[in-house]
Amino acid sequence: MADFSVKNLNLYYDGVQALHDINIDIPEKRIVAFIGPSGCGKSTFLRTLNRMNDIIEKCKITGEVLLDGENIYDKKVDVNLLRKRVGMVFQKPNPCPMSIYDNVAFGPRTHGIRKKAELDEIVERSLQNAALWEETKDRLKKSAFGLSGGQQQRLCIARTLAVEPEVLLLDEPTSALDPISTTKIEELLMTLRKTYSIIIVTHNMQQANRISDDTAFFLMGELIEFNKTSTLFSIPSDKRTENYITGRFG
Amino acid sequence: MTTRSKLHTQIDRLNESLIDICNTVKEAIELATAAFINKDIELAHQVLEIEREINQKEKDIESLCFKLLLQQQPVARDFRFISATLKMITDMERIGDQASDIAEICIELANEPYIKPNLDQVSQMAEAAIKMVQDSISAVINHDKTLARAVIKYDQVVDDLFESMKDELFALILADVQNGRQALDLLMIAKYYERIGDHAVNIAEWALYSITGTKKPEKKKKPAPVGNGEVK
Repeated sequence: MADFSVKNLNLYYDGVQALHDINIDIPEKRIVAFIGPSGCGKSTFLRTLNRMNDIIEKCKITGEVLLDGENIYDKKVDVNLLRKRVGMVFQKPNPCPMSIYDNVAFGPRTHGIRKKAELDEIVERSLQNAALWEETKDRLKKSAFGLSGGQQQRLCIARTLAVEPEVLLLDEPTSALDPISTTKIEELLMTLRKTYSIIIVTHNMQQANRISDDTAFFLMGELIEFNKTSTLFSIPSDKRTENYITGRFG
Repeated sequence: MTTRSKLHTQIDRLNESLIDICNTVKEAIELATAAFINKDIELAHQVLEIEREINQKEKDIESLCFKLLLQQQPVARDFRFISATLKMITDMERIGDQASDIAEICIELANEPYIKPNLDQVSQMAEAAIKMVQDSISAVINHDKTLARAVIKYDQVVDDLFESMKDELFALILADVQNGRQALDLLMIAKYYERIGDHAVNIAEWALYSITGTKKPEKKKKPAPVGNGEVK
């Protein structure tokens, strides 16, 4: 199980409200896309799902974010464990300055796995799941910086998968990539959907339309519409959604 | 402010082209009807010309739709309108063919007197068919789902006229078997009008899709079952 239920979520940066009363139930093992114009709060909301906003000073959150029924903002929640369960991949590939192998093994080592055989197995499985094994199996000890942008992004996904998360959060993961690398990441996400819950922020509406099962449209910090992707892009129920996706504003 | 002004300008152009092809189709039906009633071969030949014009207009609209789908990747109402247009123009083109078929029969029958003295049913069928075509396009242009549904309902008027003409022609054949050949031609003409009505229904259904996202008219809600709904 890995489903989110967000109730009455409000978020303030230094007293300025950035998210307004968000209520959404995100089912597991689906690809959910967040769309909306710049500054609408979609990335901010994504970051609330694994408490990435904790590191921002003067950020205040009210309401509840339940992961499998447990409020992730509860004091007793171990944030490191939460981020293991809910992994994140960012817009720009950000491999660590180390080898491909060490990048993937970094998370499991942090969580206490030391045996080489076990780490080898995790690295191979993670790279295979990220569709990168065939391209890297002969150069695992080489620097991750030698990989192309698209390969680096898949390495970041492999690094996230290595700690066996339940949810993958992706913040515009292909916006810095060429069309072929983008296609590879999209195909990868559609394969990973069988095992993981995936939430992706994207500015590319065709991408949201292509790969996601459900889409949420945000505007000025509000969740305007959450619907099946096929419905949202053909018969949106809110006029503001329709005006945005058809380019009548935004 | 619109961020996709090129798409929306071209959608406006598509709207205008739809109205234009509709007017041409309407002209084809009117002229074919006048050619038949007045035994006017010149008018009948004009219909054949107009049919070629309709084919060209269909091709032009089709390529604009493909271009918009390919280059602009429209969604929501824009996608629905463009894809509905693609389907509607196929029906428009078929209506043009049927007007042309009527004109061809007019040319064949030009030198013989009609076995059926009263041609009111033909005029009525033509009027009803023209109204249906015009209203279906008007529905899609003005986002008028009530009008689209009315067109679908109105098909019954054309169907009834066809049935009544069929009965009359059958009686004429029974009265004199020599009437048979022309009666079949006249029945074909009546059938073409009836088919034009069917194409207008298709157009109205696509108009509904463009407006609402679904082709079928909304069903009336069934009354809630009494008790727990179980059948005993």
